[in-house]
Amino acid sequence: MHMADALLAPAVAATMYVASGAAAGISVHKLRKEDEEVKKLPVMAVSAALVFAGQMINYTIPGTGSSGHLCGGMLLSALLGPQAGFLSMIVILTIQCLFFGDGGLLALGANVWNMAFYGCFVGFYLIWRPIMHSNWFGKMGARAAQRMKIILASIIGCIATLQLGAFSVVVETSLSGIAELPFGAFCAIMQPIHLAIGLIEGLITAAVLTFVYEARPELIKEVDTSDGTVSNKRSLGTVVVIMAVAVALVGGVLSLFASSNPDGLEWSLFGNSEAGYSENMGLDEDEFGISSSAADKAAAVQDSTAFLPDYAFADNDSAAGTSVSGLVGSAMVAAAALLICAVCGFFRKKKSAAK
Amino acid sequence: MKKIDHAIVEFKEMDEMANRASPIHDLNPMVKLIATIAYIFFVVSFDKYDLNGLIIMVLYPIAMFEVSGTSIGACFYKLRFVIPLVCAVGLFNPFFDKATLISIGNVAVSGGVISMLTLMLKGVLCIMESFVLVATTSFDSICSALRRLHIPGFIVTLLLLTYRYISVMMEEVSIMTDAYMLRAPNQKGIQFSAWGSFLGQLLLRSMDRAEDLYSSMQLRGFSGEFLYAGLKPLSWKDILFLLLSLMIFALFRFVDITSFIGQLVM
Repeated sequence: MHMADALLAPAVAATMYVASGAAAGISVHKLRKEDEEVKKLPVMAVSAALVFAGQMINYTIPGTGSSGHLCGGMLLSALLGPQAGFLSMIVILTIQCLFFGDGGLLALGANVWNMAFYGCFVGFYLIWRPIMHSNWFGKMGARAAQRMKIILASIIGCIATLQLGAFSVVVETSLSGIAELPFGAFCAIMQPIHLAIGLIEGLITAAVLTFVYEARPELIKEVDTSDGTVSNKRSLGTVVVIMAVAVALVGGVLSLFASSNPDGLEWSLFGNSEAGYSENMGLDEDEFGISSSAADKAAAVQDSTAFLPDYAFADNDSAAGTSVSGLVGSAMVAAAALLICAVCGFFRKKKSAAK
Repeated sequence: MKKIDHAIVEFKEMDEMANRASPIHDLNPMVKLIATIAYIFFVVSFDKYDLNGLIIMVLYPIAMFEVSGTSIGACFYKLRFVIPLVCAVGLFNPFFDKATLISIGNVAVSGGVISMLTLMLKGVLCIMESFVLVATTSFDSICSALRRLHIPGFIVTLLLLTYRYISVMMEEVSIMTDAYMLRAPNQKGIQFSAWGSFLGQLLLRSMDRAEDLYSSMQLRGFSGEFLYAGLKPLSWKDILFLLLSLMIFALFRFVDITSFIGQLVM
């Protein structure tokens, strides 16, 4: 899900830098206020390094030949708390960007937002903590209930935060206006893929966290370590309300974008309105400004199946002229590049010969 | 070789590359960082159809590669898995943007094709420039530059410590994976039943290690931030480099040199 520099317009990249920078500033401030800064530093560094290395392990997905990876954000915020987890994720993403070319320096702000912010803050405050404080699975006994809650929170957390992240990628790319893939189509590709990825990542994260819970429950945040009942109970109702608000928020933003971009649904409602279909549906296609004669549709199909525009023999001399001068110029640039290589190589050889 | 062993080797190679000597290596890291970010900013700000103008930007990273003695081939080899991904993003453009933009001779080229090529070139240029930064600047220097640019000391120290521990952790994971594979041959990855315990065990050990690390840092009088010895002050060379770079970027960005040269030659 790492975005490359080229995908973002400078304005979008700068906005995301400001947003992620603000979240990082608040996180540092909060840790400093709790006076846990120095104490947490080694744990954060080691956990970040662990997640970095852990993401390179291939987990075999049962029944398929493919493999899954670990979801860093949820694991780190469950172990370190949201603020420390967020800062650790920033560090991981920065090193990935510098040494492995995953993402880019300019896109770092956006990548931090898409992968760290949702995973740590949204995942922790809206999913992890409400679920861990709920009294779900109360009949199963304290330990079993905790385990079930960890599994549930990990899976829901990973799926939800990955969906948010994927959606942000689509929004940021569309706002940048660089890729031509329409908003609706891009969403239709990104969201289902990340649903599957989120499920697998959630399962792996759940497996790791339940193992840690069995061995050293005190390492996990918001988990009741005594065998008694959970303190600071939050009822199922509260959890449902929080989730509903989150869904409404996301849905609201989504519909806002969707409504300004007519998508496949609208086309299928109005565009297929041959033979009185629109009348059946009670929709007046003319009012919606979409005409749908058979000829138009055939042309549309033809257009969408042709890869390149007609290789027409254009008779516009001036256009040809400008593009040829561009080509010649480009060739000169390539020659200049080769020249730089040759001159530097010559001097290097001379220098090493002198040595 | 396993993916993780590759990563370990690559980390070490990058470190070695960054510790060589060249005029570029000698520059102040802060200046290099600012120039790199400015370069990426200028590249990204080109219009999506401005392939002509963008092409000339290739000269700057090539000059950096050559002057620093870093091999361009090494950049493309190391990033061979990332570059296809960077190039894949524009693949849809020709399908959606089919208006004829230019015609070469008698062949019409659509806007989508031009914008796809521009996007790919932008991606490759940004990757080349970031690579040359990391290949000529050690990670410690990058961190000292970040500190000078007023990134909170806490984050910078965390970056340094994490970087230090990544190689330790990767080696540990590599050993564990080897051990697992030897006991469970002909398996592609970690089986479902071991998902939790595999990384979980390492996590528990790492937490103990972090405790030890904290104690030893405390004993040595750690107060929350590393002290950087031998920070290079800005010299006139650094300032000249930065000014020249920015002027070159502005010239390349705002003057269509490619077409100009083309017209001159014709």
